[in-house]
Amino acid sequence: MATFFSRPDSLLDTNFHFCPGCHHGTVHRLIAEVIDYHGIREKTVGVPGVGCGVFLYNYLDLDICEAPHGRAPAVATGLKRVLPQNVIFTYQGDGDLSSIGMAEIMHTANRGENITVFFINNGVYGMTGGQMAPTTLPGQKTTTTPYGRDFRTEGYPLRMTEMLAALEGVAFAARVSLHTPSQVRKARKAMLRAIEIQLHNLGFSFVECICACPTNWRLSPRQCIEKIEQEILQVFPPGVYKEKPGSRTRRK
Amino acid sequence: MSERKMLKGCVALAEGAIAAGCRYYFGYPITPQNDIPEYLSARLPRIGGVFIQAESEIASINMLLGAAAAGARAMTSSSGPGISLMQEGLSYMAGSELPGLVVNITRIGPGLGGIAASQGDYRQATRGGGHGDYHVIVLAPNSVQEMYDLTIKAFYLADKYRNPAMILADAILGQMKEPVCLDPPPIVLAEKPWALTGARGRKAQLIKSLYLADGEMEAHNRHLQEKYRRLERDEVLVEMDLEEKMDILLVSFGSCSRMVRSALELARSRGIRAGFLRPITVYPFPGQAIKKVSSNVEKVMVVEMNTGQMWDDVRLSLSPECQARLLARPGGGIPTPGQILAEMESFLKGADDIGDIL
Repeated sequence: MATFFSRPDSLLDTNFHFCPGCHHGTVHRLIAEVIDYHGIREKTVGVPGVGCGVFLYNYLDLDICEAPHGRAPAVATGLKRVLPQNVIFTYQGDGDLSSIGMAEIMHTANRGENITVFFINNGVYGMTGGQMAPTTLPGQKTTTTPYGRDFRTEGYPLRMTEMLAALEGVAFAARVSLHTPSQVRKARKAMLRAIEIQLHNLGFSFVECICACPTNWRLSPRQCIEKIEQEILQVFPPGVYKEKPGSRTRRK
Repeated sequence: MSERKMLKGCVALAEGAIAAGCRYYFGYPITPQNDIPEYLSARLPRIGGVFIQAESEIASINMLLGAAAAGARAMTSSSGPGISLMQEGLSYMAGSELPGLVVNITRIGPGLGGIAASQGDYRQATRGGGHGDYHVIVLAPNSVQEMYDLTIKAFYLADKYRNPAMILADAILGQMKEPVCLDPPPIVLAEKPWALTGARGRKAQLIKSLYLADGEMEAHNRHLQEKYRRLERDEVLVEMDLEEKMDILLVSFGSCSRMVRSALELARSRGIRAGFLRPITVYPFPGQAIKKVSSNVEKVMVVEMNTGQMWDDVRLSLSPECQARLLARPGGGIPTPGQILAEMESFLKGADDIGDIL
């Protein structure tokens, strides 16, 4: 009997702790699929930041190194310089990457550090209870913007993919969403390419994943998908923002 | 045959790192330690190493964390304010049990302070410095030769105990030149089966400091404390020059101890029976040695270039009958041998205040 769908080898056989409707689990699975696809499970080291994603090691069957909040790109730099033949990726949320870790992400990208960054943008600090993130939409209510984010005092959503795409050291920068099956397929394709870029030593690769946080958005999973479609993708349009030409592995 | 060279302290330290097999350096410029990154930026690429000028000390310590997690012998260097920025990373490294070397060529603090020699970072270095219950192994050289020798030693101790180590020196030691014997021992790289290299032919491994389950963190802290007790038992380094019968014992570390040594000779030439004790490891601190020696002497004088930091550790270790006095020069002033001798003489004549607490 032919098998058409199964758990990726790189994904451990356990239940996710994530809330119903959260997309962390989807991104975890896609990372596992991409690692299996490239056959690199035994040479990959993952570096999760601090936030809901820190438990990466409970789900992926890989070597994992925890990093202090925001510092995953610096930790990944140290790993990659010692292990240039290995595949090193970080997994960071929007508080981790675009707030406290802004210096590390920009300079790691600017050095063209040959690592891959998976960036989870759900517009809030999920693990600490739904505070405002740099990616929170204007007017969005969070536990620290109870009257809605006011651009006059709290600024505007930061568009990390666009900012990073402008840097010479960046070989690949894309924003994807996980809210429909077709978007998940596009996300998988971008993540495959990001790792491929690293395997060919082309430079820094970055995939921003628009994700839902039903618990902290105070919405049902279905309402979250509508919000992503109608509001979030207007501020954070999906697409490949930068792709340096270079070797492509033939697709299976 | 060992090679004898006239070197600056910072350069001797960098050569010590290379002699220990360190091939990875991450750092951010700050005075008075720039000779270390400048020297290594030229040297490391020639011997297959990696030099990165990081965007901040925060990035430097985390690059060190990553390189250490991959199993490499690696280092960073900085000074006071930069070392303060590294404390988060140092706490994570201690919690994750990662070895690595951090060099602190101190400035005068607090704040931006000044760049002259000071020992004001003693407390930060010996207490851990960051959040949580941990220690860094701290070696305090007092010569350019020791900048070389103790740097090599620090890497081996760090690997042996899976713990970050620190060289605590200052502008005098970093900037002065002295003859040094470069006698590199054979490089022995420790086996690191815990290192992250990809899960090839083995189970996936994890390096972390987060323990949320009930009781896990307490067990982890007990494990770390057991390691610190072993360090305190087995790795204390102390230099002593004692007399059989002593009127006074002088205690000092680092560059300051050189002035104290000169004062010791002056005192002895005047017939004062003086002893000298210098902690070389300031963590683990030679408290037992001080306790033992002080049981044979009435008066102990501590000399340091801060407001009296090691002073606390010495007093905790002293025999209860001992009288103690402090000569402290905070803020870039260096105690001269003459000043030290004058303090000793007044102390011996019966001045009963505890001295130079400012």
